[in-house]
Amino acid sequence: MTKGTKLTQSNRAGWAFALPGFGLMVVFIILPFVFAIALSFTNQRLISPNPTKFVGLANYQQLLGLGTITLESERDENGAIVYDEDGEAQFPRLRGYTRNNPDYPRIDGMREWFSWGNEESRTYVLARDVVFMKAIVNTVLFVLVVAPVQAGLALCLALLINQRLRGINVYRAIYFMPVVVSIVVVSLLWRFIYDGNDGLLNNLLSGLTFGAFEGRDWLGSPSTALGSIMVMSIWQAVGFHMVIWLSGLQTISPTLYEAADIEGAGKLQTFRYVTWPGLRNTAVLILIVITMQAFALFAQIDVMTNGGPLDSTQTIVFQAVERGYGKQDISGGSAISVILFVIVLTISLIQRYLTREKN
Amino acid sequence: MATVTGDNHRLRLAVRYAVLTLIAIIFIFPLVFMVMSSLKPDQQLLADTGSLRAFLPVGDLSFDNYRDAFKRAPVGLFVFNSMLVTGVTVVLSLLICSLAAFSFVFLNWTGKGIVLSIILATLIVPFETIAIPLLLIASKLPWIGFDGLTFGWLNSYRVQIVPFIADGLTIYLFVQYLKDLPGELIEASRVEGATWLQIYRRVVMPLSGPVLATAAILKFLVMYNQYLWPLIVVQQESYRPVMVGLQYFFQLNIAWGEVMAYLSLITIPVLTFYLVLQRAFIASIASTGVKG
Repeated sequence: MTKGTKLTQSNRAGWAFALPGFGLMVVFIILPFVFAIALSFTNQRLISPNPTKFVGLANYQQLLGLGTITLESERDENGAIVYDEDGEAQFPRLRGYTRNNPDYPRIDGMREWFSWGNEESRTYVLARDVVFMKAIVNTVLFVLVVAPVQAGLALCLALLINQRLRGINVYRAIYFMPVVVSIVVVSLLWRFIYDGNDGLLNNLLSGLTFGAFEGRDWLGSPSTALGSIMVMSIWQAVGFHMVIWLSGLQTISPTLYEAADIEGAGKLQTFRYVTWPGLRNTAVLILIVITMQAFALFAQIDVMTNGGPLDSTQTIVFQAVERGYGKQDISGGSAISVILFVIVLTISLIQRYLTREKN
Repeated sequence: MATVTGDNHRLRLAVRYAVLTLIAIIFIFPLVFMVMSSLKPDQQLLADTGSLRAFLPVGDLSFDNYRDAFKRAPVGLFVFNSMLVTGVTVVLSLLICSLAAFSFVFLNWTGKGIVLSIILATLIVPFETIAIPLLLIASKLPWIGFDGLTFGWLNSYRVQIVPFIADGLTIYLFVQYLKDLPGELIEASRVEGATWLQIYRRVVMPLSGPVLATAAILKFLVMYNQYLWPLIVVQQESYRPVMVGLQYFFQLNIAWGEVMAYLSLITIPVLTFYLVLQRAFIASIASTGVKG
């Protein structure tokens, strides 16, 4: 590569050595990738007696179809708003518009995702596939929380471990330990920690607050399930990125630190002007890696919640597997895969662009 | 004065160790809990969660849970399957990926640049995005075995092995390492009339210990912990790996003692392996972060 001129031209040997690896990658990575795109425009199923047909964008429309409708509240003859028993303003039933209503063909078959408004009118956002929309939102939320928090905590740990202390390697080994444990094992273990009845977490919190804390079912409630999975995922993987930060820290020349010391820089200043600039490349790499890993969120969901409760932990990959494998709908699963890839690619391009600019 | 600063120093040191230890406890407590619980009968296991006893080997300890876990599921078979799949994939991966990297670094051939860029581009394709179409491909691939030509790879060892032999990261790690080997060595061998295969076997591989260890450890972790792929391509019990075998322990009233025994059984060997080769493990992860 770098020694270009000294190399002998050797087409036969070159291809012969590279072909086994490249060939396998073509069949098992590149071909499926191309297939994912192609299949997403068809109605391919894993096993089907009917020939595969081209269906255009139908799979994407089915997954991503969105619509809105604004409804006025019901009024009586005098023009006053009608209230139901709970004192809420009454609105016409949405079904009247989304089920076979010839005046609203665009939103036919859609379901309510969320809505806002006041007593006089409400705006409904409708989705053709509400579960998939929730899956996208949950996954993006997961990435937005996990990527910065995990990267930040990993950096703190790396700075903590990067000091000269007797026995520091023992601590490094312990912090890294969860990384070598399978996420499947970790998920099952934490199911017990989060358990509503005998869970370790409930017992610990109630012990710390002298019984004031009332136990809750962490994975069984829509408000805490995704957060609980975030905490566990960070716990499992933070050691991995600590090690990458550490290797970045060790590339910073000690003379820079000496210079900062001579200049009388404080700890924060040293970090700001010496450590952080030296870690820029590492930071970009870590963010990209965590983002890619976080978008692939699957095993935790499969072991801990199956997407529930109330779809609060549905994720993109979980949906892809549920469709492509569970329902044997290869084309639908492929379309989800393509959507996931486009999101991941966009984010890594943005991250790359942001770093190029400053270099 | 001196004693004051000495005390001060000692205090600060104590605080540092206290912080480090507290964090260590956070990382280790679930694993300690797992192992201790695996030795206790269910009733005691649940009662102990209310106190520190959960993390201590106290009470009625036995290996009964392990015995029951073996009764519930063919644990030995799952362990064997995982070992086989992991071992074969690691060995083949080291061979195939190092050969390719050798070609990229030391040989000149038409199309090399494009092929290498395609390989590196696959690094941004998460496996999860190709799993579903790969399932379709795997269900149709041909294979020539003892029973002649057959189609469909589902429910086999090969479907768990072959797709993971060659990957962008392993090839990249080898390329990075081989690039730094002294080129004169290869040229000298060439002048002496060695074939490329001889140079690969006798010159380059003996010098590649560190990168072989790195690639082997990373591949081992990925393969042993496989979950999504075997879940969707292996329905027959006889080919299931350990992580998918966990499903035998999911049920309405989970027998936690047995679960903990199974988890300990499939985790302790890996943790031991890690603790023995700790430096190599950490160096492997670190090397994925070095930008070339």
